[in-house]
Amino acid sequence: MLGFIRFLIRRIIGGIVVLWIVDSLTFFLFFSRPVILVARELAGRTATPQVLQEVVRNLGLNQPIMVQYWRFFDRLIHFWRSDALGESFFSQESVKTLLAQDLPITASVVVGGVVLWLIVGLGVGIISATRPRSLFDRLSTVGVLAGLSMPVFVLGELLILLVFLPLNENGVTWIATGYVGLSQGIVPWLGHMILPWITLATVQAAIYTRLSRGSLLDTLGEDYIRTARAKGLSERRVIYRHGVRAALTPVVSQLGVDIGALLGGVIVVEEVFSLPGLGAQSVTAIDNGDLPVIIGFVLVAAAFVVIANIIVDAAYALLDPRVRIS
Amino acid sequence: MSVSELQFQAGSVEAAPEQAIEGRSQWQLTWRRLRHDKMAVASVIVILLMTVLALIAPLIASLLHHPVDVAYPNTGLSAAGLPLSPGTHGFPLGTDYVGRDLLVRILYGARISLFVGLVTTAIATVAGVTIGMVAGYFGGWIDTVLARFIDAVLAFPVVVIALALAARFSPSLTIIIGVISFFSWAAISRIVRGQTLSLKEKEYIEAARSLGAGPWRIMFLDIMPNLMGPVIVLATLSIPQAIVFEATLSFLGIGIQAPTASWGNILAEAQNFYQEAWWYVVFPAAALLITTLAFNLLGDGIRDAMDPRTERIFNARTDRKNRKNSRSRAGLADPGSPLAATTDGS
Repeated sequence: MLGFIRFLIRRIIGGIVVLWIVDSLTFFLFFSRPVILVARELAGRTATPQVLQEVVRNLGLNQPIMVQYWRFFDRLIHFWRSDALGESFFSQESVKTLLAQDLPITASVVVGGVVLWLIVGLGVGIISATRPRSLFDRLSTVGVLAGLSMPVFVLGELLILLVFLPLNENGVTWIATGYVGLSQGIVPWLGHMILPWITLATVQAAIYTRLSRGSLLDTLGEDYIRTARAKGLSERRVIYRHGVRAALTPVVSQLGVDIGALLGGVIVVEEVFSLPGLGAQSVTAIDNGDLPVIIGFVLVAAAFVVIANIIVDAAYALLDPRVRIS
Repeated sequence: MSVSELQFQAGSVEAAPEQAIEGRSQWQLTWRRLRHDKMAVASVIVILLMTVLALIAPLIASLLHHPVDVAYPNTGLSAAGLPLSPGTHGFPLGTDYVGRDLLVRILYGARISLFVGLVTTAIATVAGVTIGMVAGYFGGWIDTVLARFIDAVLAFPVVVIALALAARFSPSLTIIIGVISFFSWAAISRIVRGQTLSLKEKEYIEAARSLGAGPWRIMFLDIMPNLMGPVIVLATLSIPQAIVFEATLSFLGIGIQAPTASWGNILAEAQNFYQEAWWYVVFPAAALLITTLAFNLLGDGIRDAMDPRTERIFNARTDRKNRKNSRSRAGLADPGSPLAATTDGS
């Protein structure tokens, strides 16, 4: 256990370093430009020269870049304050408040989508691997290829066209687009989330079906599986206790790689299903040229990726003891 | 190794070759297997067809008298100002929301998609192979730094970075190609690095080194030819990913900008017309799906053809073929595979 805690601490420190690098890159990407350009973007397209002057003065854009960098970081370090991410020029609200409002929506999409994605991906993969070349296996391999070729937004649009609209026209209004909070009851919430979840999960599940199928097929060919069978263990126990556990390690390590892709998928899903979450807001922010919101979103997304990676690594270390030592 | 492969091997042992087999190179073998793979051949035909259609898009536009960016508010929209359904007023696939010819726009979209797919894959492959070989061959701190960098790029939230870049620079074809290439080389690099690590320990590299060959000569003349197999597969599979990536960026409004047609931005426009115009969603979506599916099938086909031992996507198909052609197949076995060893020994 001590080894695991030490591993965890090392990963957290690594994560903080990565976040620092990403945040610095973001800062220099946006602020190491002529002052007036930055001011115009921060103030919006419609700003008058007076407003621009004010923005330059208020944000200290005339100061040396390292001073600005220091102040940017000073605000970030005090992330619990409401002005940690600055203000949206568009609505004059604190970016942190704006993002915090949208977070539950994005979290709903991510959590449900990931759960569905892992259940379907691993489930189908395991069933296919235990019954190679059955009808189920063949259908699933075809499905995987279709899923791999399917962009998230195309699947979303097709689901709206082929599922949501026909159902709605025939009086089934439970499945809907847009967002209804959990406070309105769990059933309406589910109705609004089900299509986004299916969309997000299908595309990702394809990769995991293929991966878990291949990995389990390899594992089931190992000598120790034959030994387990020879011991007289039930087939169920052989597959789930001996096979699946070992086959899961490559799947978990792939999970760490896919978190970034997941975030991209979430942005697209929110856009397709008119969910006012973090991703859709950041796309709107780009249309409005609302730079503080975009920067805020990039920083929050980076933090999410780093934290999720630490969780995945921890799960990996728990599954495979060899990782902890190295 | 799966049960199926064991069966396959057992089958080949029984059907040991009776006559002497003439030597064939790895590429000849691959080509032979690929030619017999119906799915792969069909994919090649689809890809060629799509390419030809993309190339002659201006010709088709002029035949239909519907230039890509010209809207026909009178003949191209219904009385209610909605898109026309397929086949009306000489618009084969109907029109879009301002009355432009949907077929012509989809064909022009194919030009963008295929161009982005091929160019980014070319850049990503050259960069990926070079970086992967350098990391794998030199080892030490160079490898540590490059391997970390590869892992970091693979874990980047791609769309988020693209959003940031779109906010910083105005979106253009160059930026899109740059972003997609930057996120595509790492997957290739990782595989190439792994292969290089094992290849550099082989005797023939030792021989080349003792003859006085420098590291770059060894990398590009001795190691690279042996990497071409996996690299070709990865490159083929990276084309559809790049196409999907471009379409996604354009869909989000941070890729190809209107009025230039791209499958992604056509589908973004179509979002407001689900109820009125199904064709507006279905046709561009179909073009995108058919293209990416064809590239994915071709990539899988090439992978299967390179290595008869790999787990096959279409087990049913190959299994039937294995049984039917088990005799000729046994003779076709990859000389490096255990399969070849079994057949030789029998």
